[in-house]
Amino acid sequence: MLEFSKVKIWSIIAVLVAGFIFAIPNAFPEEQVQAWPSWAPKKQMNLGLDLRGGSHILLEANAEGLARANIDKMEEDALSELRRAEGGAIAVGDVSNRGGRVSFLVRNVDDVDRAVDLLRNLSMPIGVTGQRSFNVEVADGNRIVLTQTSAGRTQAMESAMTQAVEVIRRRIDELGTREPTIIRQGSQRIVVQVPGLQDPSALKQLLGKTAQLEFKLVDITADPADVAAGRAPAGSQILQMADTGQPIAVKRRAIITGDQLMDAQQTLQQGQWVVSFRFDSAGGRRFARTTQENVGKPFAIVLDNRVISAPNINEPILGGSGVISGSFNAESSNELAILLRSGKLPVELKVVEERTVGPDLGADSIRAGTVASLVAVLAVGVFMLVTYGRFGVYANIALVLNVVLILAVMSLTGATMTLPGVAGMVLTIGAAVDANVLINERIREERRKGRNVRAAVETGFKEASRTIWDANTMNLIVAAVMFAFGSGPIKGFAVVLTIGIVTSVFTAVTVARLFIVNWLNRKRPTTITI
Amino acid sequence: MRLLKLVPDNTNIGFVRMRWVAFAVTLVLTLSSIALLMTRGLNLGVDFVGGLMMEVKFEQPVKLDELRATVDGLDYGSSALQNFGGPDTVLVRLPLPPGDDAAVQKVVQKVQAAISENHKDASFRRVETVSGKVSDELIRDGIIAIVLSMGAIALFTWFRFEWHFGVSTIVALIHDVTVTLGFFALTQLEFDLNIVAAVLTIIGYSLNDKVVIDDRIRENLRKYRQMDIGPLIDLSVNETLSRTYATTMALTLALGSLLLLGGDVLFGFTAAMLLGIVIGTYSSVFVSSSLLISLGVGPHTFAPADTGAAEKVGSR
Repeated sequence: MLEFSKVKIWSIIAVLVAGFIFAIPNAFPEEQVQAWPSWAPKKQMNLGLDLRGGSHILLEANAEGLARANIDKMEEDALSELRRAEGGAIAVGDVSNRGGRVSFLVRNVDDVDRAVDLLRNLSMPIGVTGQRSFNVEVADGNRIVLTQTSAGRTQAMESAMTQAVEVIRRRIDELGTREPTIIRQGSQRIVVQVPGLQDPSALKQLLGKTAQLEFKLVDITADPADVAAGRAPAGSQILQMADTGQPIAVKRRAIITGDQLMDAQQTLQQGQWVVSFRFDSAGGRRFARTTQENVGKPFAIVLDNRVISAPNINEPILGGSGVISGSFNAESSNELAILLRSGKLPVELKVVEERTVGPDLGADSIRAGTVASLVAVLAVGVFMLVTYGRFGVYANIALVLNVVLILAVMSLTGATMTLPGVAGMVLTIGAAVDANVLINERIREERRKGRNVRAAVETGFKEASRTIWDANTMNLIVAAVMFAFGSGPIKGFAVVLTIGIVTSVFTAVTVARLFIVNWLNRKRPTTITI
Repeated sequence: MRLLKLVPDNTNIGFVRMRWVAFAVTLVLTLSSIALLMTRGLNLGVDFVGGLMMEVKFEQPVKLDELRATVDGLDYGSSALQNFGGPDTVLVRLPLPPGDDAAVQKVVQKVQAAISENHKDASFRRVETVSGKVSDELIRDGIIAIVLSMGAIALFTWFRFEWHFGVSTIVALIHDVTVTLGFFALTQLEFDLNIVAAVLTIIGYSLNDKVVIDDRIRENLRKYRQMDIGPLIDLSVNETLSRTYATTMALTLALGSLLLLGGDVLFGFTAAMLLGIVIGTYSSVFVSSSLLISLGVGPHTFAPADTGAAEKVGSR
């Protein structure tokens, strides 16, 4: 245990030097570090929101809503596929869409096989299991039943979430906030963290809106009395005006949707805030054709199922651009423009958890954490010194090196330091000396038994190492469980604890031993005070 | 230089002789903690019951009753107010209003406006809202984490030592966790996610103590085949006593500075940890090692299976 090869000594020194180099940036303010020459290490620890202030928002996707929308889309796709079928449209009737399945009758029994083939082709294969996005079954001879598969649902959610993260990123970027973190969590949640944000209400306004823009024709044939009572003619629906809440009947089918928007900007027009928009070329052509066909009729501009305005089409709109006017102010027109530019969310998101920390509290916590850590190191250091003398000094050097290594690893891996992380750090300071305590106590014991200095130190390290391994393995198990099942603060704590356990075994056992061996070899003491 | 020796050499305290007293004390502590948990219950934070919580700091100490009247005047359901860290800081808790996020936002703004109106010096240091769904999951995950780590530890101790050690360790750990929870029921300190992390850490470090002592018992069992189990356990505990003392001391010093200087947010967390370290040390020294006798540990426990055969060969 007391021999170190040259290679080993140099690798230990190399690790420690690297530790210092990578830990140093944390001692300086961020702006200063950025100005350092390019070869210098600049990576600092990430500070959690609880330390630097900011907003943490957890969003959850509405899975039921998504499933329902997908089934509606499945119905629409299937029926239009059958209408456009090669070799003549396939007539269907008695369409029902309920309980997660779509079923309908094929009027002509001879068409059933053709219809099934077409629909099977329409469903998409998913993954390697051979499952398809929906199943096509025939019941009672000429009734076709479409059911979404679980693989289909999972995949729909998966792609909706991937898209949602992108949309959210665009929306937050538009707000101009710095360094937002947007990550998926589990199958249907998204975490949004914006450092430095004090009032998250504007952000939540942006995140909570689906922003589905649709242009629909107003159903002018509807009886006003029916509309007031909430009854819509077939093929139409009753929506409410966004500003007055009055009901209005519009066609279910949208002429065109926001998916084909190229750009949207807030503009001041005759003293009124409006949002001007431009379609891409396909959307522009379609918009031109529909407006041409419907001159003189009103159409509704619908956002998330509320009608913003319902102007008359005075003349065909051929340029592919237009304006949305309503009762906007500077803020709300800007918000709508951002929403339209960033695209619609493929699934509705709800805020299920929100934590906002002010900058004062964060700064207080950093200060308190730093002071507590320094005092902890000092108190433990003095205790070790008066208890173990020279061997206590070695333990203290190991302790300081341990703190440096923890900081270096945290900076290098980009792990996040949170307030519970600071507690983990302080705890590690106390716990790291345990290894040295074990070793030193063992050396004391062996000396009492009358062994010479070298043998006592050797046995001390050997016997204590086994215990140190056992104890630290168990602590690693606990830290791993914390990391796997813990959320938020528990994770932050587990990260620091894990790093601390690994680095403390290195510094307390290996590095401290190197110091002691070096001293033994130089001085060859015949007696030691321990 | 003379060094500090907290535990004199050749200390020999009869821990095993005291074991029935220790078992009784442990039982009483555990049962009264359970009773406290059942009667007073834990003061669960928004992490676990859902709701809305804000920390408000004033420049002057503020009367809780006045503030409570202000908040209750808004009629958003039953509020809970408590001082946090000092008389100038208050935690306000409210149930989540029905409806979507806009409703929550409205409540937050109304409450902040109402407080600011009466207290110009109010600053809102943090706002947390947790929905019922998320808080249920957090409870579930917390329980899973604690149970799982205990299970993993029991398995590891069994694998590394023998089943007796696994059982005695788990019994002592259950005691440690229960008493810590009992402390939170008694003091009504807020029980939040941080405290779950503290409980897990207590499990980890209480375990440290037990492994060190178990390790020594195993070593001595192999070394002194003829010794009675009682004196052998006493010897092992006494031999490791100065280490137990020194480590507990170091941890107490570190945690003590965190408790006094680490700020209000960490107070409950640190208090839990500090108490847990003391409780864990107690249960290691007085309970789990002596419990091994009742579980029937003896020299045979670690006798390698092939040793018997080897001796037979030798005696022939």
